[in-house]
Amino acid sequence: MEQPHGEKKSTGHRWGMVIDLDKCSGCGACEVACMVENNIPFVEKGDYQRSRSISWMKVVPETEGTFPEVRTKFMPQPCMQCDNPPCTKVCPVHATYLNPEGIVAQVYWRCIGCRLCMAACPYTVKYFNWHNFQQAQPAAMTQYANPDVSLRDKGVVEKCTFCHHRLMKVKDQARLENREIRPGEYTVACQDNCPSKAIFFGDLNDPHSEVARLADNLRAFRLMDELGTQPKVIYLAERKRHD
Amino acid sequence: MTEIQKNEHDAVLIRSIFQTPSWYWPAVAVLGSLVVLGFGAYLFQFFLGLGETGLNQPVTWGFYITNFVFFIGISHAGTLISAILRLSQTEWRRPITRIAEVITVAVLGIGGMNILLDLGRPDRMLNMIYYGRYQSPLLWDMTSITTYLTASSVYLFIPMIPDIAILRDLCPPGPRKVFYQVLALGWQGTPRQEKVLNRATAIMAIMVIPIAVSVHTVVAFVFSMTLQPMWHSSIFGPYFVAGALFSGVAMLLIVMAILRKVFHLEDYLQPIHFNYLGLLLLVFTLFWTYFTFAEYLTAFYGNEPDEMRVFWAKWDGPWAWGFWGMVICNFFIPVIILSINRFRTITGTVIASSTILIGMWLERFIIVVPTLANPRQHRLPTGSYWPTWVEFSLMTGSFALFALFYLVFSRFFPLVSIHEVREGREHSDDIALERIHRYRIGNGYIKE
Repeated sequence: MEQPHGEKKSTGHRWGMVIDLDKCSGCGACEVACMVENNIPFVEKGDYQRSRSISWMKVVPETEGTFPEVRTKFMPQPCMQCDNPPCTKVCPVHATYLNPEGIVAQVYWRCIGCRLCMAACPYTVKYFNWHNFQQAQPAAMTQYANPDVSLRDKGVVEKCTFCHHRLMKVKDQARLENREIRPGEYTVACQDNCPSKAIFFGDLNDPHSEVARLADNLRAFRLMDELGTQPKVIYLAERKRHD
Repeated sequence: MTEIQKNEHDAVLIRSIFQTPSWYWPAVAVLGSLVVLGFGAYLFQFFLGLGETGLNQPVTWGFYITNFVFFIGISHAGTLISAILRLSQTEWRRPITRIAEVITVAVLGIGGMNILLDLGRPDRMLNMIYYGRYQSPLLWDMTSITTYLTASSVYLFIPMIPDIAILRDLCPPGPRKVFYQVLALGWQGTPRQEKVLNRATAIMAIMVIPIAVSVHTVVAFVFSMTLQPMWHSSIFGPYFVAGALFSGVAMLLIVMAILRKVFHLEDYLQPIHFNYLGLLLLVFTLFWTYFTFAEYLTAFYGNEPDEMRVFWAKWDGPWAWGFWGMVICNFFIPVIILSINRFRTITGTVIASSTILIGMWLERFIIVVPTLANPRQHRLPTGSYWPTWVEFSLMTGSFALFALFYLVFSRFFPLVSIHEVREGREHSDDIALERIHRYRIGNGYIKE
């Protein structure tokens, strides 16, 4: 049987994320951290009511059972960064592609907004700029925008990039110091901000990294693994509770 | 002046070119204002963003993609039907080939336009050429549709050359005469020219058939190449082609009935044409029903949870009105009307065709929207979609543009091929007799 983290071995890095659902309390701090880090705009009321809000990282609740035996589980869902992404295959202009380090990249300035990638994504984690959302932000928001992340104009598709700008910074630093990237040097915003430390991030190709170790855990599973998309976001299932 | 004006029959075909009917300008004004309204709605959408439509997350495609598939489907009426009828030497085709071909050229443009309406960044449209990658089904669409548009324009033009020559000879000197002179390409009706013309028409008719089939196949591939439930289906290509022919013949019948009335073409478009096309429509009705049955039964029996959520959403969920509307409009009404000889009149076929157009539009709609509203990611809330005035305006604008194209065309070219009708009047007895002799058993016909 295929290992949960996939057999695909490239020589370089292969960035991946592990989310321990047993530790996740559903607080939503990852969503907030992501929005601040990646300049994700708030949408106005009308757009919100039409369910057009953007949330690269989304804590999706799932309620099980019927009253009074009800239980709600939370599942934080970023872009799954598939090794075999259905969205990149259909892009007509090469605006979304799988980069050599396994991150599904998005070129905002080339995207024509046909939304075929959104229709093709089985996880529904790609978002569209229905209006010029940035323009509607309070001035203070734009003033304190993260200078490392470009603002998106209307009419383009965006999604989680595993905080790619952080990787660029880390790489620059490593190159200046003439060394390799150190394990744990490249982190993502949702991971940094998770109060219960449910999110792990690192190089799946490095056998000593924590994510590689956790990906081999018996609790590890990937969302819709049967589709063959080979996501690099790996979940650790909840243990049975006796309460 | 020339023989055509003496011949009262064919004079009616060019009357609309040299005399403006009284209803012409009011009709142009009404249709023109609908087109302008649509254009205004588009400007609104262009400057404010696609958010002015009812589209949302996860229903990212709606009316525009539905109309795109619908109009491209209609386009199959024309060139494909005309090519098949020409190649099979169907004698009654003569008055209807041109009407069909004009539909194709008009709606292909409008269908293509609808996909541009759907783009979030129409200003970056040319990226499709700069950065285009053939891995994407959208590139297949672009290639196929532009090829079809080119081929069907040529296929419309070539058989029209003799008619343009007739107009050139009739036209008083002026810019219009120059226009016809250029387009007539020096047609004199010599035997050699006739031979070349027939040859070219036959070659185009053969070429256009695989192109037409490819067009709707790749339109279907946009959906079926994804992993989405009820889209990822291997019969989608042929299913869409069958639906395209179906809606195309329906549109052809409606256009024929309208043109017959407004341009007084009763002598050319007779009840028998409607009867024969009605029979063809009945065949396509049953074909389409068979495909639909196969598609839905396969999904139902497989009972895959993701597929079933979409299935039930169509069967008795929020989209049931569309699904059952489609079944009634595309199957029950047409079958009742078209299979009873007494009902297969002009009125009967027009009623059946109208319900089929509605039904086929609904079919496209319930293919596009319910799948997006019920994505595999079932933990997310189910999507909903209702269009705004922007989409409605652009849809009416699209239909108005189609009618307007027809009106403008009728001012410049005859809607029924004078050359082909005349050829039929003079030679069809011989052609038909020769053909019958060729396969009649026991009359000793030997081909030299």
